[in-house]
Formats: sequence, structure tokens, C-alpha cells
Amino acid sequence: MPQAGRPLSPHLSIYRPQLTSVLSILHRLTGVALGAGCLALLWWLAAAAAGPEAFANASAAFGSLPGQALLFAWSWALFYHLCNGVRHLCWDAGWGYGLPAVYRGGWAAAGASVALTLAAWGAGHALACAS
Amino acid sequence: MSDLRSPLARARGLGAAGDGVGHWRAQRVSAIALAPLALWFVVSLVARAGADHAEIVAWIARPPVAVGLVLMLGAAFWHLKLGMQAVIEDYVQGGFAREAGLLANAFGCAALAAAAVFAVLKIALGA
Repeated sequence: MPQAGRPLSPHLSIYRPQLTSVLSILHRLTGVALGAGCLALLWWLAAAAAGPEAFANASAAFGSLPGQALLFAWSWALFYHLCNGVRHLCWDAGWGYGLPAVYRGGWAAAGASVALTLAAWGAGHALACAS
Repeated sequence: MSDLRSPLARARGLGAAGDGVGHWRAQRVSAIALAPLALWFVVSLVARAGADHAEIVAWIARPPVAVGLVLMLGAAFWHLKLGMQAVIEDYVQGGFAREAGLLANAFGCAALAAAAVFAVLKIALGA
């Protein structure tokens, strides 16, 4: 950059991570991860449309250990992006800008994403075992 | 306070990027559409954990479900296109790679959305 000498804000490697900045970058990371999740969703739908054999292959892949791990990660990413997205919409409505509210909302979004993920997998396992 | 913008620029309200608040607003609109649809989809999938092909196909073929899935896929790939566009604009600097990335993102998301919607319609219309 030609304008050396002007004051620069500290870069990521120097800045101490805070709840606000970590949740902010997590929102973007989970969004990109959910883009990959959309590919998996497309594969699942295409397999269902193609027939029982293709669907069995997809089911086996999603049911394998790496498949389940990916699905677990994607489910948390979805719940986090959803909860933090609601937080963003609140800000867009002009609500919750004070520092205490920002931290309260941040912990709430993080906590809710974990709770919803565990609840979804708990319910899924209970229903799969019952059926 | 004098305004450095021309009267025409002020009337257009499109700012330096020439796009105004269009992208920002579309991201929020697609998010509001997607929030209940994605939640419904996840709850529906959890309720069908371990279901076989016949059960899943029968569920997708129900008209309200097929319509809901088409809406969710449209909102999801639209939201994905807008979000990935922001990521590319932030991290890919200038020139060919940036334009190619933005085009690939727009075309790719549209193609994936069309393929996903087609899969739902194929099941729903029993072809």
C-alpha cells in the first residue's frame, strides 16, 4: 500500500479475540460451511428422486461415522447461523446495541445453538430407536 | 452542509457501489424467509430419522411438503448466493479472479437451486 505511515488498526494476529469478534467470524464460517451442506442436501434429494438404490447409497454415506460427524457439524452450524442471524436481525431493527446486550445476545446465541443441536440429535436417536 | 453528490446521484440513492441497499436488504429478506423454513425442515428430518426411501419419497410427495421444500430451496440458494458474494467481494481482490468468482457463484447457486427443485418436483409429480 502506498499510504504507509498512517495509523493502522491492529490485525487479527495481534488483536485479542473477544466474544463479539469470534461470534462474528463464526457466523461467516458457518455460512460457508452450510454452503457445502447445501451440496449434501442436493445429493440427498437427487438420490431420493433417482430411486431406492441411489437413496440407500446416500443413506449409508450419511449413516457412516464421517457422515454422522459431518451431519452433526452441519446441524450445529445451521442452528448457530440461525440463532446468530436472529441476533443480526434484532440489530437491524435497531435493538440490542448496548455492550451488555451485545454480550448477553452473544452468549444466548452460542448457548441456544448447542442446546438445539443436542436436542435435535437426542430426539432423532430416540425416534430412530423407537421406530 | 453541502452535499458532494450530484442531485441525480442523490435521487438514485445507489451509493459508491452502484447497488444501494439492494444486496443488504435481499440478504435480510431471504434470511427472514429461510428461518422458519429451515427450522421446519430440520424438525421434519429429525422426526423421520432412520426412515427408508419409500417413507421419505411419500413425505416429499405431499403437496404442502413439496411446496415448502421448493420455497426453502429457493430461499436457501438465494441466501447462499448473497452470502458467498459478500465473502468473495471481501477476500478476492480485483481483476479476473474476482469477476470469475462472482460469476461462478451466481451461476453455480442458480444451477444447484434448479437441480434441487427439479429433484423435489420429480418426486412430487411422480415421474
